[in-house]
Amino acid sequence: MSNTWVDRLDNPASARLRDPAFTGYVGIFLGAFAAFLAIPPIEARTTTWPILVGVVGAIFGIWTVTRGRRRVGWGAVAAGILGLALGILATRSGTGNLHTVFDPTLIAQTFGFATPLVFGAIAGMISERSGVINIGLEGMMLMGAFWGVYGADRGGTWAVGLVVGAVLGGLLALVYAYFAIHLRADQIVGGTAVNFLALGITGYFFVQLYHNQPVPNGVSTLPNLKIPGLSGLHFFGPAIGDLNILIWAGFVLVIVAYVVLFRTPIGLRIRACGEHPRAADTVGINVYAIRYACVGVSGVLAALGGVYLSEGSQGNGTFIFDMTNGRGFIALAAMIFGNWRPAGAFGAALLFGFSNALALRLQVYSASASTLFNVLPYVLTLIAVAGVIGRTVPPAADGKPYRKQ
Amino acid sequence: MTEPGYTPSPEQAAETGTLAARIALKQRAGGIVVPIVTVVIAFLMGGLVVLATGHNPLLAYRAIFNGAGLNWIFHPTTSMASTASYNLSQTLLQTTTLILCGLAVAFAFRCGMFNIGGQGQYFVGFFVANWLGVDFASMSPLPHILIAVGAATLAGALWAGIAGVLKASVGAHEVITTIMLNWIAIWIGEWLVADGGPLQNSSQPFNPSSNPVSSSAELPVFWGSHTLGGLDVGIFVALAAVVLFWALLNRTTLGYEVRAVGFNPDAAAYGGINVRKNIVRAMAISGAFAGLAGALDMLGYLYGFSQNDIPLSQVGFLGIAVALLGRNTAVGTLLGAVLFGALLFGTTHGLTGNVIQPELAGNLTYIIQGLVVLFVGADVLILYVWNSRKRLRPARSASAAGAS
Repeated sequence: MSNTWVDRLDNPASARLRDPAFTGYVGIFLGAFAAFLAIPPIEARTTTWPILVGVVGAIFGIWTVTRGRRRVGWGAVAAGILGLALGILATRSGTGNLHTVFDPTLIAQTFGFATPLVFGAIAGMISERSGVINIGLEGMMLMGAFWGVYGADRGGTWAVGLVVGAVLGGLLALVYAYFAIHLRADQIVGGTAVNFLALGITGYFFVQLYHNQPVPNGVSTLPNLKIPGLSGLHFFGPAIGDLNILIWAGFVLVIVAYVVLFRTPIGLRIRACGEHPRAADTVGINVYAIRYACVGVSGVLAALGGVYLSEGSQGNGTFIFDMTNGRGFIALAAMIFGNWRPAGAFGAALLFGFSNALALRLQVYSASASTLFNVLPYVLTLIAVAGVIGRTVPPAADGKPYRKQ
Repeated sequence: MTEPGYTPSPEQAAETGTLAARIALKQRAGGIVVPIVTVVIAFLMGGLVVLATGHNPLLAYRAIFNGAGLNWIFHPTTSMASTASYNLSQTLLQTTTLILCGLAVAFAFRCGMFNIGGQGQYFVGFFVANWLGVDFASMSPLPHILIAVGAATLAGALWAGIAGVLKASVGAHEVITTIMLNWIAIWIGEWLVADGGPLQNSSQPFNPSSNPVSSSAELPVFWGSHTLGGLDVGIFVALAAVVLFWALLNRTTLGYEVRAVGFNPDAAAYGGINVRKNIVRAMAISGAFAGLAGALDMLGYLYGFSQNDIPLSQVGFLGIAVALLGRNTAVGTLLGAVLFGALLFGTTHGLTGNVIQPELAGNLTYIIQGLVVLFVGADVLILYVWNSRKRLRPARSASAAGAS
């Protein structure tokens, strides 16, 4: 069964259309569409359409499962049932609330919530592809969040903040890399230590430099990118016409990460270090150098995600204690959910970002229920690692220190 | 039950000149030295940060020492009029929690697993204790306390047991699952006391906090005033747990099996030990310790919680530092808990004077905690990694197995 990602890409489009996974993807799309039918802008006020489309999506999924593509198939079944249920719920809801929840800015907000996760997930993926587990994403992100504000404050412009945050996150990552690679310390313990350390360092210097005042006022923040043709339009304007530059940078990052990791010799070397460092060493690849570089880059990227948190449109140039509040771990979850692949991690980050944005808006229905909605990313990841919908496969040498011979 | 006196311990059994055995030996020899050196280094580096930011580190540490009430030993008194007595009682309250959270991490470690989910298991126990402490208000104190504490402990065990079952059945890595379970517990807690949540304060509907537990569920306070949050009997429960931890690991078949699996799961399986059963069992016991910690905190001195308290609690994570510093032994964990308990209270509420503000010093605890875990982790886990590489990478273990 040609089921790996590279195989599928090497095959021509016609072969990929015959792949049973294709129907699975159609099923997933139909499931999403079933829910989409009942909400603005289409807003069908009858239950018939969501039920019909959702059931068709689920049937596509079952067919896919019978053809052996279980992961995608069950995904489609779940999407179909979920879409159907959400669609029915939406038709039952009042139109006013529906318009509050589903306006075009939901899309912008989803991207906003997803961006730190995109940076974090790609950061984690690069590190883990080279064979170093990075539990310390949360801490590196936190470093970026604080030192980004500090840099922007002292340097006078957001660009300085971006650089300072990225450098400090990278430095913390290199400290971790030394323990993980040279000292061969347990990488999970080391990563946990990094998280504590970052919490302490950022908290300490926040009090020291800003006397625990929540807002250093008037800090230069990351600008938004107004797209001339789009920003005036009715739907696309508020949705994607006026997004932060780091959101766009996140999109670019996913593509760059894919190309570098899977389409260049450097990427091949990185993956070799993560799958079989001994073999990589034998053919002359410097495993330590690759791993140091990857962990360093990972720290820089995670820190950029943190800079977005504090310097982006939601943080608005302020820092608060423990600002990341678990986003590093959701990023880790997105990476695992996306099966250590750029596109998968991006999709998972979008899904988790969407659930965050939706949780915020569902408060119009019930405050407590919307709070509970926040567990969704974690539950989904738990289900994913439990292997219910196919297996998640980390790089073979992930988390194992390498000893040169 | 086997006679442990006549059975070689799993560590001894492998002590035949392999590298792992040499490391095990070195670990026992350096058992006390390494944690002390680690703490000294961490405090020195913390002191450098304090110095670099324009405070006197010696005076700062002295203020923290006094803030933790450790100066009580120079003029001991049971009177609560003395600040030192009050501070010490508060430090011991923190120590109680940290002993149990440390034991939770340590027990899983002894089975070769990293339970990073102590915080979640603590919270589950915390919430269940609040729920049962608020309900059944007409019950008489002893059964009420026993039911609430027992249910909370069980809840912690079940919560950790999920991770154990997932590891034993489908091989899901316990680090990932316990991290996820942490955040699920945190958000469930936020939901429980959110507007309209099931545990939310019924008399103040818009206040996101819980009801206080009924007086029949409150643990008796034996040192200090009940209203000022004096020291409750929970500390004796924690000390009993230390003894239980030691006895369970070193004097029972269960402990023998758990340690055998932790030392080398392949050898344990070859020797007829059910590895999967022990993974689930060790995780559940580990979670029980953390759940108990949550119950004692809730019924001992906090009595309730609000949404804001949830993200501020770090005790489950501090338990990692406590256990690693104590080298996953019973006594070591106890000592580690005293150190971090003193740091936790001494750098925050206990701290007075103008050498260093509590807001600043409180973060010093996290820095020292991070440094301790970083340095201890670089050493103590050589053994853990050694075991896990055999487990995770059968091909590479050939060289290690060949030497024995």
